[in-house]
Amino acid sequence: MHEPSRRDGFQGEVIAATPGGEALLTCIQCGTCGGSCPSGSDMDHTPRQLFAMINAGLKDDVLSSNTPWYCVSCYYCTVRCPKEIPITELMYALKRMAVKEGAFDDSKAPDFSKTFIHWVEDYGRSFELGLMGTHMIRHNPFGAFKIADMGFGMVTKGRMAFAPTRIKGMDGLKRILAKAKQLEAQA
Amino acid sequence: MAEKVGVYICHCGSNIAGMVDVVEVARWAGENLENVAVAREYKFMCSSLGQELIEEDIKKEGLTRVVVGACSPHLHEKTFRKACANAGLNPYLMQMASLREQISWVSTDKDKATEKAKALISGAVRRVIEQEELFASEVPVNPNTLVVGGGVTGIQAALELADAGYPVYLVEREPSIGGHMAQFDKTFPTLDCSACILTPKMSDVGQHENITLLSYAEVESVSGYVGNFHARIKKRARSVKEADCTGCGVCIEKCPKKVIDDVFEAGLGYRKAVYRPFPQAVPKYPVIDRENCTYYLKGTCKACEKFCPTNAIDFEQQDTYLDLDVGNIILATGFDMFDATRLPQYGYGRLANVFSNLEFERMCNAAGPTDGKVVLRDGVTTPQSIALVHCVGSRDKKHNPYCSAVCCMAALKFGHLAIEKTGGQVYSFYIDMRTPHKNYEEFYDRLLSEGMQFVRGRVAEVTDAARLPGEEGKLIVQSEDTLAGRQRRTPVDMVVLMGALEPRHDARETALKFGISCSMNGWFTERHPKLDPVATMTDGVFIAGVCQGPKDIPDSVAQGAAAAARVMAMITKGTVLIEPVVATIHEENCSGCRICNNLCPYNAITFLDDKGVSFINAALCKGCGTCVAACPAQAISGAHFSNEQIFSELEGLLYDAISGNGGGRKFEPAGVPA
Amino acid sequence: MKYSYFPGCSLEKNAASYHESTMAIAGPLGLDFVEVEDWNCCGATEYHALNQTAAYALIARNLAQATKNEGLDTLVAPCSACYLNLRKCDKYMATEPALAGRVSQALAEAGLSYTGGTLHVRHLLDVIHNDIGLETLHAKASHPLKGLRVAPYYGCMIVRPGFHNGDDDPEYPMTLDRLLTALGAEVVDYPMKAHCCGGHMTQISEATGFEMIRRLVKGADDYDADLIVTICPMCQLNLDGFQGAMNRHFGTSYHIPVLYFTQLIGLALGLPPKQLGIGSEIVSARDALAKIGAEVEPAEGAPPRRKRDDKALPMPGRRGEG
Repeated sequence: MHEPSRRDGFQGEVIAATPGGEALLTCIQCGTCGGSCPSGSDMDHTPRQLFAMINAGLKDDVLSSNTPWYCVSCYYCTVRCPKEIPITELMYALKRMAVKEGAFDDSKAPDFSKTFIHWVEDYGRSFELGLMGTHMIRHNPFGAFKIADMGFGMVTKGRMAFAPTRIKGMDGLKRILAKAKQLEAQA
Repeated sequence: MAEKVGVYICHCGSNIAGMVDVVEVARWAGENLENVAVAREYKFMCSSLGQELIEEDIKKEGLTRVVVGACSPHLHEKTFRKACANAGLNPYLMQMASLREQISWVSTDKDKATEKAKALISGAVRRVIEQEELFASEVPVNPNTLVVGGGVTGIQAALELADAGYPVYLVEREPSIGGHMAQFDKTFPTLDCSACILTPKMSDVGQHENITLLSYAEVESVSGYVGNFHARIKKRARSVKEADCTGCGVCIEKCPKKVIDDVFEAGLGYRKAVYRPFPQAVPKYPVIDRENCTYYLKGTCKACEKFCPTNAIDFEQQDTYLDLDVGNIILATGFDMFDATRLPQYGYGRLANVFSNLEFERMCNAAGPTDGKVVLRDGVTTPQSIALVHCVGSRDKKHNPYCSAVCCMAALKFGHLAIEKTGGQVYSFYIDMRTPHKNYEEFYDRLLSEGMQFVRGRVAEVTDAARLPGEEGKLIVQSEDTLAGRQRRTPVDMVVLMGALEPRHDARETALKFGISCSMNGWFTERHPKLDPVATMTDGVFIAGVCQGPKDIPDSVAQGAAAAARVMAMITKGTVLIEPVVATIHEENCSGCRICNNLCPYNAITFLDDKGVSFINAALCKGCGTCVAACPAQAISGAHFSNEQIFSELEGLLYDAISGNGGGRKFEPAGVPA
Repeated sequence: MKYSYFPGCSLEKNAASYHESTMAIAGPLGLDFVEVEDWNCCGATEYHALNQTAAYALIARNLAQATKNEGLDTLVAPCSACYLNLRKCDKYMATEPALAGRVSQALAEAGLSYTGGTLHVRHLLDVIHNDIGLETLHAKASHPLKGLRVAPYYGCMIVRPGFHNGDDDPEYPMTLDRLLTALGAEVVDYPMKAHCCGGHMTQISEATGFEMIRRLVKGADDYDADLIVTICPMCQLNLDGFQGAMNRHFGTSYHIPVLYFTQLIGLALGLPPKQLGIGSEIVSARDALAKIGAEVEPAEGAPPRRKRDDKALPMPGRRGEG
């Protein structure tokens, strides 16, 4: 098997952080990913552009791009890529790298994820009201009014939980996650 | 009398010398190995000077054996054997040690490499002493040739041979020759009418006194060996008596049953149950499609029989079989088109106005289902905008990783035809524009000037789901314009998918039938991709055209002619040498158990009932050694691979484990896994 | 047929009707679901954005817990995001040794372990379509959904990246189409059926999120669907819950209710709507469902004979149509 040799620098980091990431080296910049992306027109850079930038070693530009945060994980790019590059997984890796370095420009998306996980790490389950509440106050204070009728509908139809549920094995889960984070930092 | 071995170590530039200390190996061989009379090292043994070294030494030193440590025998065994023969030494008294492929190219440690080289040379020297003189046998070459496939490649090959005066059998599966080229409208880059340049050749084939055209026929089985093949051909029943048919076409006119023609018309048009694939068909005889003919289905109609003026219809006609003896075979079986339904995101088969490339060819063709008009699926509306989608099924790990070589040019051709016929806007969505050959780049420039629009971006999807105003009722091609750096949604009326060229669906069976190999993709394997693209590893069987790999018409024609030239060389020579490295059964030791009979991968062993022993056909035998190993009575010997030879080589390789002959190489057993 | 069952956070409250309808049809279909003990949130797409090992450890705890259901080697998830997470985690535990090693070490902190490949993770749609089968569904549909035009909506994570057990196509899946046809509904050839609903995009960029929802609702509307049938609670929330806000954002006035496929199965089986959680949708399904049971002329008669002077060109054959 022919082993590609370019594994150093920023591109190497990105590849190492992604299962199946070596395929990125075979990208021919065909643009199928950029063309398939449903949120592509709102991204700073199309997925393809981002890969060209990674190839060029433009770490700061890549990590501060909103592209990974606008990825909705629809996997269209992944199933259509003629080189079978795991693009969605690469986006996750870039998100993680951006969070680690605090490199993103707009904190809205990372904050949303952090808030979501905050509830999971304390209760073992997600808590929508807590998530939406915190997120809207911080990032979209007037947004709450826009979806007031939806919120009202959710409440009256019995689809809104007012308190979080805690799983029984919460202590165990906390230990699991603490250990996982420690190992991730060392990897 | 002791043998005199000449040992020659090649540097191969730095290819071997860069890893193996060739000077040391030569010195060591000369000083330490028994029977070595001369030991030299030289920069390039395969050069004429290198060969002369050997020849001189044979003559002057009276060498009786030669060992050359160099590259792979695959490359130069013939060269060094010839050098020996030139100097009067039997060529089978030469042995090569592959110091390059088996040592220098796979080693990283110079010391270990040098030690290994010494071992290989030691093995080769001991072996060559046990080797015996062998003499190639000559078999005659039958001057007949079988050409399988009547597309432009097969036609070219057949005409070349026939014009040279040699008899050719041309077998074609479809009712007419012509292949895919007959389906095209114009050909790039000259925009010649495809049929206009092909049909004269087709006529020549039909009328040539040296060509026996077997159409609507297939090769059932092949046996034999180079110069002497036997092929069984199945001629399918046309239900038309060729001797009586004048080709007037009344039967076709009167036939009431219409079916979709999914072969020649690519499913875009109709034909009758009795039909000729196209008007200029060669031969002119129609065929009754028994699967759709009313008579065969229900027992009624028979309109064709009623109206035929010469009583040429024969519903009872049976398939016939022909047995042919030929000397050489040329396979020119062509390709199949990619089925674009495999890429659902392009909507082929679901969205009416998405067409395949073959459908579009038929549409443009003046003799096609729309009389040459470019129209939408409704058969009436002229599209105002057309999108050509490149690389459909090509350059895609999920389908075919290769590039199909012709589609970029075909897309340019379609662009030109579309602009000419509709005056509309034509878009090409590509990854790269591949226009490598003569006048191809100029053709690209021409289309740019004609106003064809090029978007560099592989199409993500073709959809009818409108999103923005102006998209309603259109097909929207969604892509990223990678050069402009943004997503584009391009509304068009019609989309044409440039599908990949694929090997025939039964390519693997065909390869098996003729005893050749296919690559992973299904294309037939040539003997050498650079230097011998029309020969195969099976002597006497040649390949030409797209069946060897995607290519355009000029290259296909060139390969057809090249294969014909190779065959002509064999025929004019009249005989072919059969390698003497074969197995022989010693009748006195054979018990007639017949274990070897079914083991032979080349079907070279038969059983002689009268003698009660097995017999090996030396011409079919490839010397693989399977039977030699299997015979429980050790009654079979493999020339050039006798037990003595093999064991001597082993002793030579292990020279320092067996006492004597210098050394110092440590034997390190591999670590036992934990 | 017995399975381990992973409901996921949404099915607790937000998508309770999905859970209720699943439980309601389980009995009549012969399905027995054993909930995974003390399961935790799968993390959706959120944890992957923060910490890889923690994300997979979170998911793996569920896989480990599921193995406690003796003798049940199939884990069924009704939510596409949970399904994909569980499936991916199971796969990586087998194929990515470095990651698997870290996850295993983390699980050990709670005395848990999981070996990749132990469980078959499947989506609820897959189980019902392949294990129950269309013939059985058709036979049990005592109240066929005749007259109802439905747009089958798969969303993205069930069909892509393609771990799906059955041979459903990642671009143009047909499982749900066939299932709804077996229930007697008129299935619309919905071109957006496998396009993404946007996930949490409404919270990151309203314009982007609403646009993705608009495309889906418009697509169903353009094809005259009475309702959209979904197989994932996130899709349901986006298309149903945010339909009003989307309408306001664009000035459109779509009214297309969004129901779960299990609710439609329940209706076809003759179960009362209340039992299936119908009525909890924001965009009311009442008008659409009023159509069921109405006597409607069959849409297709014999295929029209090809006229003599009909110039229309034949279509290429489609594959995979059964």
